[in-house]
Parts: sequence; C-alpha cells; structure tokens
Amino acid sequence: MAPTSPRPSRRRQAAQPTQSDHLLEVRDLRVHFDTAGGAVKAVDGVSWYVDSGETLAIVGESGSGKSVSAMTLLGLVPSPPATFPSGQVLLEGRSLLDMPESQQRKLRGSDLAMIFQDPLTALNPVFRVGDQIAEMIRAHQSVGKMAAKTRAVELLAEVGIPDPRLRATQYPHEFSGGMRQRAMIAMALANDPKVLIADEPTTALDVTVQAQIMALLEKLQAERDTAIVLITHDLGLVAAHADRIMVMYAGHVVEEGTNDEIFTAPRHAYTHGLLSSLTRMDHARPEKLEPIPGQPPNLARVPEGCPFHPRCRFATDACRADVPLLVAAAPGSSHRHACVHPDEVAIAHERPREPAPVVAAETPVEQRPPMLDVRDLVKHFPIRVGTFVKRTVGEVRAVDGVSLDIPAGSTLSLVGESGCGKSTAARAILRLHEPTSGTIELAGRDVTGLSLHDLRTARADMQIVFQDPYASLNPRMTVRQILTEKYELLGGELTDSTIPELLETVGLAAEYADRYPHEFSGGQRQRVGIARAIALNPKFVVLDEPVSALDVSIQAQVLNLLEELQQEFGLTYLFIAHDLSVVRHISDRVAVMYLGGIVEIADRDTLFEHPQHPYTQALISAVPIPDPAVERVRDRIVLTGDVPNPANPPSGCRFRTRCWKHLQLSDDEKRRCIEEPPALVPAAGSERHEVACHFAGEREVLRG
Amino acid sequence: MTTPTSAGGPPVDAEAGAGVLLPGADSATSGAAVPIGARGSGQLADVWRRFRRNRLAMVGLAIVTVLILLAIIGPYVTPYNAFEQNLANTLKPPSAEHWFGTDVLGRDLFSGIIYGCRLAITVGLLTVAFSLLIGITLGAVAGFKGGAWDGVVARFIDVFLAFPPLVGAIVIVRAVGGGVTPVIVALVVLGWMTTARLTRGQVLALREAEYVEAARSIGAGNRRIVLRHILPNAIAPVLVYSFTSIGVVVVAMASLSYLGIGVPPDVPEWGRLISQATPFLRVPGMTYLWLAPALAIAITTLGFAFVADGMRDSLDPKLRGGN
Repeated sequence: MAPTSPRPSRRRQAAQPTQSDHLLEVRDLRVHFDTAGGAVKAVDGVSWYVDSGETLAIVGESGSGKSVSAMTLLGLVPSPPATFPSGQVLLEGRSLLDMPESQQRKLRGSDLAMIFQDPLTALNPVFRVGDQIAEMIRAHQSVGKMAAKTRAVELLAEVGIPDPRLRATQYPHEFSGGMRQRAMIAMALANDPKVLIADEPTTALDVTVQAQIMALLEKLQAERDTAIVLITHDLGLVAAHADRIMVMYAGHVVEEGTNDEIFTAPRHAYTHGLLSSLTRMDHARPEKLEPIPGQPPNLARVPEGCPFHPRCRFATDACRADVPLLVAAAPGSSHRHACVHPDEVAIAHERPREPAPVVAAETPVEQRPPMLDVRDLVKHFPIRVGTFVKRTVGEVRAVDGVSLDIPAGSTLSLVGESGCGKSTAARAILRLHEPTSGTIELAGRDVTGLSLHDLRTARADMQIVFQDPYASLNPRMTVRQILTEKYELLGGELTDSTIPELLETVGLAAEYADRYPHEFSGGQRQRVGIARAIALNPKFVVLDEPVSALDVSIQAQVLNLLEELQQEFGLTYLFIAHDLSVVRHISDRVAVMYLGGIVEIADRDTLFEHPQHPYTQALISAVPIPDPAVERVRDRIVLTGDVPNPANPPSGCRFRTRCWKHLQLSDDEKRRCIEEPPALVPAAGSERHEVACHFAGEREVLRG
Repeated sequence: MTTPTSAGGPPVDAEAGAGVLLPGADSATSGAAVPIGARGSGQLADVWRRFRRNRLAMVGLAIVTVLILLAIIGPYVTPYNAFEQNLANTLKPPSAEHWFGTDVLGRDLFSGIIYGCRLAITVGLLTVAFSLLIGITLGAVAGFKGGAWDGVVARFIDVFLAFPPLVGAIVIVRAVGGGVTPVIVALVVLGWMTTARLTRGQVLALREAEYVEAARSIGAGNRRIVLRHILPNAIAPVLVYSFTSIGVVVVAMASLSYLGIGVPPDVPEWGRLISQATPFLRVPGMTYLWLAPALAIAITTLGFAFVADGMRDSLDPKLRGGN
C-alpha cells in the first residue's frame, strides 16, 4: 500500500495513494464548469505523466480540454465557475492539490512554469521586461535586486535575444512577436523549472519564427533536462518535437502512445480521422482529403458513450452504449486507445489514400488565357505626421512591383511571412485598397482605370473570402440579409429559391438562412462567407487565408468545398496563405513574397521539389511535416531575426539580412547582394520557374 | 501565469477557452449544438428575452413606464388643478384630501408633482433625442470620414465641453428667452458632445472591421456602409449612455428652475417646488414640502439608469446566456 497524503484531502472523501514514479503525474482529473447551459465537462477523467527530459504532446482541437487540463495544474482555472470533482496532481510524488495554497504558489513558477500562446497579453505592458523577469526570480528565490537583474540579463542572452542588457530595459511593446515569446521563455526558465508547460507556444508566430522558438526549446531542454508538456493543435509540430503523444477529444483522452505509434499505427478512429484530414507538404501527388464530418460537440452536451461516435464512420451500437476505457493496443504496450473498433481503424489506416480526382481539362492550365493579369502592382502607404497640416515623411512599401497572371480555372497561391504584403497585394488587386500604380486586367478588362461606379458592377466578377469568419460577417444581419444584400447591390435575379440553393451549394441547410452569424460554428460561418463570395457567379475569387482560423478537421471540409466549387463553376483562385501544407494541396502555381516583392514563382510541384531561392527553401524547411520518420532526417534552416521594416527595406536584395546563403558567400559576392537588387529571371531548367536571387541554387529541404 | 506581477484574468487559449472558460458562452468555435431560442423571432425578441432576466432593469422599466404614462395622462387625472392657488389653505401637511400636502401658495403638491413629471419627461426625452441626432450625425461623419472632418468635429466638441455647463445654460436660456423651449435648446447645445464622442470612437473602430470590407467587396457605397453596417453595430453603447443621461437632463432642468432660470415661476416644476421649500428646510414637520419633489427626481434618475444598465447587457448579441 502506498503512503497516503500527509494532509487530509480537502476535495475528496478518501485519501488516495500518492506514490508516483514520474516527475509529474496527473490522475483522473476532472474539471467541470457550472454554466447556465448546464455543466460543461471540459476535462473528464484525464490521466497523464511526464518525465525529465521528455516532451509530452497533448493534441486536440478547440474545446478538447487540452489547455484546461494543463492550466489546472498551475491554478489558473478560476473556481467558481470551475469545480474539480476528482483528480490528483503529483509532482515528484507530492500531491499538489492537497498542499496549502501558499505552498502550491511556491511550486508554480519555480518547479512548474508555463509559456502562453500570446506573449503580448502574458507580459505586463507597464513594466520593463528585465524587471518582470527579475521579479519572477525574487518571488521564488532570496536574492538581491541587483543580482536578480543581472540574472535576468543572463536569461535573455540565453534565450537568444541580441543585446540583452539594452533589451532588459525595454517594454514588451518594443519587442517583436518572436522576441516576446523568447522573453516569456526566459521568464519561465527563471527558476529552473522541472516541468515547462507550453500552451500553443508558436501558434501566433510565423513558421520561420516558430522554427527558431522550437529549436530554442529543444536546446534548453537538452541542457537542463526539463520535461516539456507541449499543448497544440498542430500535428506537424508534434511529429517534429514530441516523444509521446496524448490525443484528446471532448474532454477525454482517446489515444496515447509514442510519436511513431500515433502517426504510423493509430488505433482510435478520431486520431485516424485527424491524420487523414491533414494536407501534407511532402506528398507529390495530392491525396484526397478525408475530412471528419460534423463538428466537435458542445461540452455541455457530450454524446453518450464514445464522445466521437456521431462523427465516426466505424460507429456501432457498442460505441453509443458506454464510454470506452483506455486499453493497451497490444498486451503490455504503453500505446493505449479508447476505441471500440481498433482493428477496423488499423485496416483503414493501412489502405493507401485515394488520389485527388483529376479533371481532364480540354486545355492544359498553362495554355489557357489568363483570367487575371497583374503588371507591376505597387501599393505604398504614406506615413503622415502632424495634426492639421499633414506632412508625408515616408512610405511603407507594402507591395513593391508585383506581376503575376492566373490562367482561368486555376489557383495561384501567394505565400510569405506576415508583413510580406501578400494580403495588401490581394486587396489592391480587388481595388479594396487603391493601388499606387500598376495595371490589373480581369478577363481582358482593365480594372485599374474603372470609375467608382463601373468598379461596383465589376465587383460581381471579383470576390473575396476573408480569413476570420468571426469578423467578416455583420453580427446584426441574418444569413439571408447578408446574402440578399449582394443581389440588391449588384442586381442579380433573386427568387425564393436563390438563397436556399446557395446555402445548399456550400453545404449548409436551407433553414439556417434566418440565423445570425453568432449561432454558427467557425466552419459554418466560413461557408456563409464562401456563399457570399460565389453568389452571382464571379470569375475570380481571392481566398485570404480561408482556413487558417479553423480546426484541422474543419479545414479539410472547407478545402474540399473550395475545390468542388472551383471545378463546378470554373473559378479562378488567388489563394493567400502562410500554411505551406495547404498551399501544396490546393495550388496549381505558387508565388513566394518577401517584403513586398515576389522572390520566386513556379508551378506547384517544381516549387516544392526544386526550390531555388534561399528564402523559399528556409520557408519550406521551417514547416514541420506530420510524419516523425520524415522529421527525424530533415534538415531545418533556421532564419535569424524578423522581417525588416517595409518602410526602410535593406538595399540590394531585401532578403540578404536574414539569408543563410549570403553568409556563405565571399566578400565580392556579398557586395553584389548589397548593391544590386536581383531581378525575377527564369531559373535554370524551366521557363515557368522564375527566381530573384543572384546565387539561386537547389537545396533539399522537403525530405531528409 | 508564471509571474505574480502580471496576473490579470486567466489567460484563455483563444481556441479552447472560448467554449470552456466563459460560462454561458457556448462557443461558436466548438459549438455544434448551439442552443437556439425562438427561430427567426428577430433580434428584438432576443434583446427582450435577455432584458427580462435582469430584475433591476425590469424595476427600472416599470418606473419609466409609469412616469411616461403619468406624463401623458397626468393632467387629466390629477385630483386638483396643479396651478390653482388657494391662499386660505397654504402649507398643509399631507392628509386624505391633499396626499402630499399643499405648498406656500396653497396648491395641491401631489397634482404639482404629477404635472412636473410631464415637464421632466418631455424635456428629458426631447433633449436626449436632439442630442442623439446631432451627436450621432457629427460622430459618424467624423469617425467615418476622418482627416479634416474629424479634426473640425473634435475641435467643436472641445469648444462646447469648455463651457461650464451651468453658467452656459443660464447664458443660453437668458439669451433665447424664458420658457421650456430655451431650456431644451440649452441642454441640447451643452449635451450632444458625449454622444458625438462615443459614436465617433465606435465608428472609427468599426470602419476597419472585416465585414465592412466585405460589404465594400460586394459593391456597397459609403452611405450604405455607414447606415447598415457600421451604425447598427455602433449604436448600442450610445443608446445606453443616452438613457442614463435622461436622468442627468432631469436633474439639470431642476437645477435651472431651482435658480429661477427657464420655466416660468408659477409652473409646478420639480426644481421649482424644491426651491420654494428652501425657507422651510429646517422647520420641523415641513419635510414633506421638499421630500416629494426630491424623491420624484431621484426615482426618475434611477429608473432610467436601471433601464440603461439592462440595455447594456441585452443589446450585446454575443451575451446570449443559457435558455
């Protein structure tokens, strides 16, 4: 019999054994929230552990309970409304929840530390970064003020912040997103924690910065033997960085095992569904995405039995009867799943996926006439100062000479880090922002010269789907009003059956027409946004990150819908994205932007298989691939620093300040990068492949 | 939170938090089975459903309803003519004939209070209505057009805010002449600025909203964007403020009358009734003389404030609450 806890439990009747062989162990944790709509069972009987030097990934979609379970350990879940019907947290065998509040607080931030998704809100804006870290040290250790400040500077240096002494005296708003996340990590490391909980640590960051941050975390983990609990929805990140994985769904653990077990031999239908709905950057022939139908359940009404059964294609009566318990996949194995049909899942997972249907087009894409033809597009935003009399003191060169054409019925993707000008370019093409100069031809008609009146009618041909389905629908209008407005403005024929048919086309039930946007889930709202865009049969649609705000299983649904619509109506897409896996799936051609200009453009497979520009290579290499076998042998190019200010871009090649190849050049060659801006010229081998680099050359970045 | 200094509210994972940490917010993020009230019943029904749940707001609504009813039918149901003086029957304490007693001129105080109510409500509603009209128009133009328009409106607001309100009102009423209308003019002139400022701020923020860009992308012009997309989303806090300010207007008018400005001396206006009670403030047994009009002012102010409070919560379509 294990020794019982030293103090009588305040939460439970009977004291439970507290012995644990693990650094941190959570047993049967339940976190419920009392709401007007009933008890929300955010976490419902979850157990896990993590050991020194190990990374445990907790994976799940929105509302799976992945964050709540970790936040509970740190006392960050307010009670009320939360209640904790059961659960035990053992840190080195000591029961955390049985300790007095003051002692718990001592452990939090010293032995247990956390990194948040949004470092801007997690850092206090009115204190200097160095002082915040120093305070963190002094809260847990008895050191003097000066010693703590010195240590803070050391920590900033350790997490790779250049000029740490100066940086320590700055405020959070003076840091870039990546720098803030580094400062958060420095703060979390201040007291040498044994366990570091990282809750979506890189979700708000660009992939290149994500690669920097993850490399830093791995280095620190190796040096300090820290245990990391990585909470994320990004399966690529997990494949690249986790040792063990726990998959959560609707507050339950549905599967757990090593990285390889989960990715190569999933036994739970949900895990299998997630993996099948993923787009993969390294697959030459795109496979048909198999989205999980429906949406994650409302946690106040989790279905009886297996919570996943309403969305599961293997579901039988047995699934609906009882909540399945976690069982070992093989006798004695640590790979455990809570699925009634593990064998069917295994068979389904082995089966090769169907290739995406190829439509036999009459004319190959490249021979079709361009639907959109953009020449030398420039959009500069003047920087003005002064209250009454405004003076222009400079300009932000958001888009600086972009040319591209898109053949009818095909998709061109515009990719790049945030701030590279891709969204601005798209808006300038639609004349939502007035372009500074350049010409835009849509189906042979010049839209740059159109008067405001003619432009309005021309809008029927060029439409946009926005990134954020929560912000792009007027909250005070019903779906019917939102869709009808377009007909009122652009004068299409509107009959009683128009709106129901339109909704059906995008996969929504006709009776949703009289609902307000807030009554829909994110995926459904995005469908409304798509319905608005495709009403009145436009020729050309800008898709501005249309799936990046959606859950993985929902992303696949929306991507499939967009592809179906393209085939059915012959739409031409300009797809704006930072997620290269999605880009590889959906595009015919890809253009890579950096600081307002295109640095490389090529057909999809050429770009991914034979990238020529060092920036494209860095971008591709930074994206983790959801396959641990591939990730183990891949070489990651970690770019230093952030995107420079577009109001003051570097001379010559704009990418040279962050370029890995530039560093390897001789002084003479370097001078060329600094003095001469490279032009976009055809790359060796293909006419349809253009690159803007003096020293372009291939490098394998996709596979090992 | 890893640092005690930065402990604000619990940091909520934008994804998981939405459905989980906010009680009642059944997350559109994860919300499959969003509980839905009466289908197609319109937004007003939703607003009313949420409003009804706030008990204090319902009390306020009852007060406001009674006040408005009194303002309409009051003069027909008063037991006495509120203006009729009876010098033989002055300063009588409350009794069966005179519920609130009689004043210095022998007028029935109860009838006076009811008549005063008509005056207070009329001036309150008209003043706020005109302030809204001016404030929303100028605020919307300033916020939407920006640039020079914004600069001019902002300076205008500053100039009007620079007037000391009471002195300003006295000057305006004196300049325009006596009576109720000058009081309304003065209170509007000195009261539209906050509405304008609120509207401007809201419009400025919503101008950049993605759904406004979406409207533009389907060919909507400025007029439609402002009237259909921006104002309906901007108006809630402005209306809430206006409702609270009705109470402020009632107090302001009473203050002016107390000082003998505006309303003619023989009209039983609430401030005027308090003013005539001033000499008797410390006389034992004469409390009724100022207590009745004072309570009338207080109840009116509170009633509108309670309603405003309820409106604040019920006008937000995102705060739906459980069924």
